[in-house]
Amino acid sequence: MSETRDVVVTGLGLVSCAGEGIEAHLAAFGAGAPARTDTETFAPYTVHPVAPLVLDGQIPKKSDQRQMEPWQRLGVYAAGLALDSAGVKADATLKAAMHLVVACGGGERDTAVDGAILTGLREAADPGAYLNEHLLNDLRPTLFLAQLSNLLAGNIAIVHGVTGASRTFMGEEAAGTDALRIAQARIASGQVACMLVGGSYSAERPDVMVVHELGGYLRAKPFRPVFSRDAEGEDGFILGSAAAFLVLESAEHAHARGATILARLGPVASDRTRREAGSTARSLHSLWQAAGVQAPDAVISGATGVVTITAEEGEALSRLAPNATRTALGDVVGHTLEVTAPFGAALAVGLVARGEAREVAVTTVGHRRGEGVIRVTAA
Amino acid sequence: MTKQFPRDAKGRPLVAVTGLGIVTSLGQGQADNWAALTAGRSGIHTIRRFPTEGLRTRIAGTVDFLDTDPLVAPALSQRFAEEAAEEAIAQAGIGAAGDFPGALFIAVPPVEMEWPQRQALAEASGQTGPVTYTDLQRAAASRRFDAWHDLFIFGSVADHIAERFGTKGSPISLSTACSSGATAIQLGVEAIRRGEVQAALCIGTDGSVNPESLIRFSLLSALSTQNDPPEGASKPFSKNRDGFVMGEGAGALVLEDAEAAHARGATILGYVLGCGEKGDGFHRTRSSPDGAPGIAAIRAALDDASLSPEAIDTINAHGTSTPENDKMEAMGCAAVFGERIGRLPISSNKSMIGHTLTAAGAIEAVISLLTIAHGRIPPTINYLVPDPAIPLDVVASARDMSVGRVLSNSFGFGGQNTCLVLGDEPA
Repeated sequence: MSETRDVVVTGLGLVSCAGEGIEAHLAAFGAGAPARTDTETFAPYTVHPVAPLVLDGQIPKKSDQRQMEPWQRLGVYAAGLALDSAGVKADATLKAAMHLVVACGGGERDTAVDGAILTGLREAADPGAYLNEHLLNDLRPTLFLAQLSNLLAGNIAIVHGVTGASRTFMGEEAAGTDALRIAQARIASGQVACMLVGGSYSAERPDVMVVHELGGYLRAKPFRPVFSRDAEGEDGFILGSAAAFLVLESAEHAHARGATILARLGPVASDRTRREAGSTARSLHSLWQAAGVQAPDAVISGATGVVTITAEEGEALSRLAPNATRTALGDVVGHTLEVTAPFGAALAVGLVARGEAREVAVTTVGHRRGEGVIRVTAA
Repeated sequence: MTKQFPRDAKGRPLVAVTGLGIVTSLGQGQADNWAALTAGRSGIHTIRRFPTEGLRTRIAGTVDFLDTDPLVAPALSQRFAEEAAEEAIAQAGIGAAGDFPGALFIAVPPVEMEWPQRQALAEASGQTGPVTYTDLQRAAASRRFDAWHDLFIFGSVADHIAERFGTKGSPISLSTACSSGATAIQLGVEAIRRGEVQAALCIGTDGSVNPESLIRFSLLSALSTQNDPPEGASKPFSKNRDGFVMGEGAGALVLEDAEAAHARGATILGYVLGCGEKGDGFHRTRSSPDGAPGIAAIRAALDDASLSPEAIDTINAHGTSTPENDKMEAMGCAAVFGERIGRLPISSNKSMIGHTLTAAGAIEAVISLLTIAHGRIPPTINYLVPDPAIPLDVVASARDMSVGRVLSNSFGFGGQNTCLVLGDEPA
C-alpha cells in the first residue's frame, strides 16, 4: 500500500440481551452466560432475546419505527448509540460525509401470512393462482422494505442522516469480518476518513430457525457454554438478538475534531478456506500472523459451538494465546451471525479503552465458511 | 532507470478491464448480446416460469435458456454468475483454470427460502390443521432437507464462485439494491488502487424473477402493467412510461492493475476511470426532490476520474422506465452537463433487457465497454412518445459514433447512487 494511516475507534453502539451500551456489556462480559435466555418462546430452540429498549431514544419518529422490522430497529438504534458515543450525532456535516458499511442478512417474514398461505395451499385447486392472490392481497405493501438487506443502511441514512454512501455486505459471519476489513483498509489507505461500520441481527423470529435447523446447526437445548458443547448431541449455536456499530476514523481525522480515541483497529485478516480437518486451525494460525497479533491479554472468540470447528479453534487459541483470557462471544450475547465480528471488535475496544487490556484479538470462524482475526490495541 | 508505468491523475494505479462476460434474456455471451442490443431486439416476454393468474404484471426478461434444480433465485443467480465469469476470465486469459489470481466481489440478490421449499416442509411436517413455522422447523429437523441450509444462506453463491474459479481471500457478497453491480466494480477498483490485489473478479448477478419478488415490486407500484405486447412495456424516458420490467442476468468484469496486465501481455479492453457514490436519506424508495444525491454521485465519479463533464461522450442511463427514476435521472444529468445534455447521447439498455436489479450495474458496465469497443451506442427501444419534461438526446436507434468515455449510472432503493466512468484510454 502506498500510504497507511492509523485507524482508530471513537464510537461504540451495542444492544443485546445484556442491555445497551458498552458499560452494560463490559459488566456482563465475564459472567459466563448471557444475561437473558429464553427456552420457551421458540421451543425447542433457546434464544438470547434483546433487552427491552426505549426506541424513541434513537428513533424519535413513530413513523420510522413502524416502517421497520425488529432487525432494522435494533441496527438503527445501535447505530445511533455509536454516533452519540463518538460525539457526532449533532454534526450534520460530518454525518453527511460519513460512509457506512453494514453486515446483515434479510428481514423478518410475516409468519402469520406465510402460515395462512401454506395452510390454504394444501387444499387449493389452483395453487399458483392461490399463491398469487394471497401474496398480492395479504402482504403489507411496504414489508419488502423492511426485508431488503440494504434497507438497514437506508434507514440509518434516513433516521440518523449518515449519507456519505453505504454498502451492505451479506454472507453470515464472514460478512461482518469483511465489513470491518474493508472499512479499515479504506481509511488506512486514505480513501475515506470516517466510517460507521456494524451489523444487526434479530434472533427472535421463527423463519431463521427453520434455515439453521436445516443442516442441524441450531442447538435445541438450554444454554451451555460454547466451548463445552463438544459432547455428543450438545453442539450447535444459540441465536442471540444483537446489533453493534463502531465509528472508525483516521487518527488524523479524530485528532482534528478533538475526538476521544478509544482504541486502534489494526488491519483485519480474513480468508475463506475449503473446510477439512485441520483447515480452521491452519487458517487461524496464518491469519493471526497476518493481523499482526503479538501478545494479547484477551481473546474474544466468535466460535459458534458447531462441532469440530469450535474444538479446533479452541485448541488453536490455546497454542496461539496460552496466557490470554478467552471469552466466547456466544457466552455473552449468543450467536449473532453477521454481527459477530463487529460485536467482538466493539467489546475488545471497550476492554482496551477501560485499560483492562493492551491488546485484544477477536476471532471469527463462520459456521459454514470464512475465518477472521481482528486486532484491537491501545491507541 | 526503468520508466515508471503511468498512473492515473491522482497518482493511483490505473484499473484496466481485461475480460467481460454477460448473460441476459437476450442471450449468453458478448456476441449474442451485442447483436441483439444493437438490433434493438427486446428480451422481454410473457412469463412462463410460473403461473401469472391474477397478477397485474405478467411479463419479465427472464433468462429461460439456463436452468437449475431446484429453480430458486440463489441457484439461478449462481448459474448466471458462473457463465458470465467463465466468459470474462477466458477473455482475460488470466491465471489458470480454477486459479484466479485475485479477489471476488459479487453482487447477489438477498436470499431467502422460497415457496416450493416452504410447501415441501409444510407437507413433510404432516400438519393437517393450520400450518405454522413450528411445523416447518419440525420438518427441517427430520434431516431430509439439510441441503437447503446452504442453498438459502447469503454467502453460498459467492462461496461456490470462489471455489470454482479459485479466487483469493474472503469473497465479498454485497447489496446496494439496484446499484449493486456498480458497487461490486467499485470495490474491485478500490482494492486494486490500494495495492491489495492486482486483479479482481467483479460480478453482478440476479435470477430472482419468482412470484413473491414480482409481487413485492408490484405492491410498491414499481412495475409496468402494459403486458401486451411485452416487448413494448419498458420505455425509458417516454411520456407513457409506467414502471420497470424485471429482468435477469449477470455481468462479470476482470479488473487488473493496468501495469500488471501490461506486464503479462494482456489485451486491455478499457479502463474503469472513476467511481462515485452518494447516499440519500430522504425516503426509502424516493430520491431527494432536488436530486442532489444523484447529482453528487455523478460529480463524484467524474472527480474520481479527474474528468470534466465535457469528457463524457455518452451516458448509459439507469433509465428504469419508472416515472420517478427517469425524471430524477434526467434532472441530475442536466444539472451536471448543463445545456449540453440536450445533445449528449443517452440510452437505457433496460428498454430491451428490463431491469436486472442486482446485476444491472455490472451488465450495463459490460455494455458500456462494448459500446466503446464497437463505436456504436445501443438504442433505447420503444422511445415513441418523448416526454417533453425530459429534454434528452435519447438514442432511439443504434447510433454509430466514436465513444471514448461512458458515464454509467445506477440508482437504487434505500438511497443508493453509484456512478462509473469507463474509458478506452487513461484520463
